[in-house]
Amino acid sequence: MSKRYSILAFLLTLLMVSPFSIKASGESDKEENENLDVKEIIFEHLGDGYGWEVPFSHVYRIPLPVIVRAEDGKWFCFSSDGLTDVVVIKDEKTGKEKKELIPVVKTIERDGRKYQFVIAHVSTHKDKIVQIFPLSEAEETEVMAKAADIRKSSNVNEGDPVVDGYVYVHGHGDTDGYYYREYRPLDISITKNVLALFIAAILVTTIVMSLVRYYRRRGLRAPRKGMGFFELLVSFVYYDTIKSTLGTGARKFGPYLLTCFFFILTMNLVGLIVIFPGGANLTGNIAVTLVLAVMTFIVTNIFGTKHYWKEIFWPDVPIWLKCPLPIMQLIEVFGIFTKPAALCVRLFANMMGGHIIVITLTLLIFIFAAFGAAVAGGATVISVLFTLFMLALDVLVSFIQAYVFTLLSALFIAMAQEKGEEHKIREDSTYDGIERKDREELATEEESLANVAREIDSVKV
Amino acid sequence: MELFTPDFGLVFWMFVAFILLFLVLAKWGWPVIIKSMDKRAATIDQGVEDARQAKEQLDNARDEAKKYVEAAQARQAEMLREAAKMKTEIIEQAKNEASEAARKEMDAAKTAIEQARKEAELQFRNEVGKFSIEIAEKMVRSQMKSDKAQTELVNKLLDEIEKN
Repeated sequence: MSKRYSILAFLLTLLMVSPFSIKASGESDKEENENLDVKEIIFEHLGDGYGWEVPFSHVYRIPLPVIVRAEDGKWFCFSSDGLTDVVVIKDEKTGKEKKELIPVVKTIERDGRKYQFVIAHVSTHKDKIVQIFPLSEAEETEVMAKAADIRKSSNVNEGDPVVDGYVYVHGHGDTDGYYYREYRPLDISITKNVLALFIAAILVTTIVMSLVRYYRRRGLRAPRKGMGFFELLVSFVYYDTIKSTLGTGARKFGPYLLTCFFFILTMNLVGLIVIFPGGANLTGNIAVTLVLAVMTFIVTNIFGTKHYWKEIFWPDVPIWLKCPLPIMQLIEVFGIFTKPAALCVRLFANMMGGHIIVITLTLLIFIFAAFGAAVAGGATVISVLFTLFMLALDVLVSFIQAYVFTLLSALFIAMAQEKGEEHKIREDSTYDGIERKDREELATEEESLANVAREIDSVKV
Repeated sequence: MELFTPDFGLVFWMFVAFILLFLVLAKWGWPVIIKSMDKRAATIDQGVEDARQAKEQLDNARDEAKKYVEAAQARQAEMLREAAKMKTEIIEQAKNEASEAARKEMDAAKTAIEQARKEAELQFRNEVGKFSIEIAEKMVRSQMKSDKAQTELVNKLLDEIEKN
């Protein structure tokens, strides 16, 4: 035990020392820290990307395929390698060289036409790939006038403002920056998030299949260690959640709900790993949670019983609530959509909140670095401790959110499975369970609120 | 805000990935796992039930064996008691029989002795008679040597007959 503590103490000392040594190495850090754009960094970490950061290198990217449909309907597939370039920028004051990743225009010639793509920076489609078209002179003066107007109205003197429908491509080196007309192509590129999605899916398949193989090989012997833990999760989700909620429907909906649970859990956990195979903020991306919620929506409503639809369009309430003015119907129909929407937003907000807090806590180090060595050292220790704590909490949240999503999906599906008379009997028997679930939902709701509050606090810092 | 607008590409691939994952796992994954777990649970339940029954049977068997042993012991005791009774009975009977036999023997012996005694008495009487006759003969002979005596006797006898 004492050995472990000494190792921990050693690591902490190292962490405390590192900012000092960085300080000693150059004064330029101070200026950099002043320019530290916290929001930009957070969004970069949360967002998607056309390449995947090589572990421990900020500028190099693992190239990924870009698949886009240009304005004239032609499909293009190329490596994201051609969209960025690494340039060495020399600081004029200190003479220090710095590598930086910059977007470049990718030009493809096909059938005698030139197609140009670039990752937009100053545009409404920030950080997305857009097709660009050079402007005629008349157009250019018009755009410049617009830009000048915007600059004037927003009191920003520096930089180039975003003009709707146009993208400003920065020049580098000797070339100047220009405005181009932009077109956002249909974009089904294998981005960082998409690849992470595939990795998570393959991971889930591998784990499930290895358990299946275990059963095939060993028959009825209980699996041990890792497989045993996985089986424990399966039985926890299937028997204690799905079966107790859905009853006989468990066999029908079990595969869907289990897939949901393990896919979400894997995506959550893989998202917490900082480097390459992980690090993509998947479940903190609304597109991912949206698809999951839509799936639950589809399953719930496709398999809904007659009684379920009756409860929506002719519920058991006093007639004046539903007859001349369809008040209840309106509420119920609205409810059909809010339920999955809540699923979508809950998972998204929780996971994104966790990521934001971790990143912000880490950034504290760099923010405090401006205040001198002692403050930075202290901030580092505190930041690392808090980050560790938050990551541990996020592991818990990953599990809870996957579980809550599955549980609520099961609940929604179960509610759509009610069959008239059975309804009352079932309600009695599952009353406690439902109440408990509601309480859990409330608890998670509170938790996400607390997350948001913390997030706001940390952003203020 | 960028974070809150779902990206079409990601939605598309998520949809594809999820559907594929679901199809693969729903076909080859979950049913096998759930079936195996159900089967194992059923086997374990069955095993527990079997064990319980086996124990019950064992307990029953033990009780039964005990009962048998007790019955056997009871019978043994009974038999011993009976045997003891029989023994005494046999002895008693034997004794009785022996005494009876002895009595009979004694009776027989007594009668034999009586008979013998009677015979002996008879014989003795005969002998005594014979002897007394002989003696009387001799005496008579010695007394009757003279004629006078013979006549006297004849007379006397005659007197007697006359008297009768």
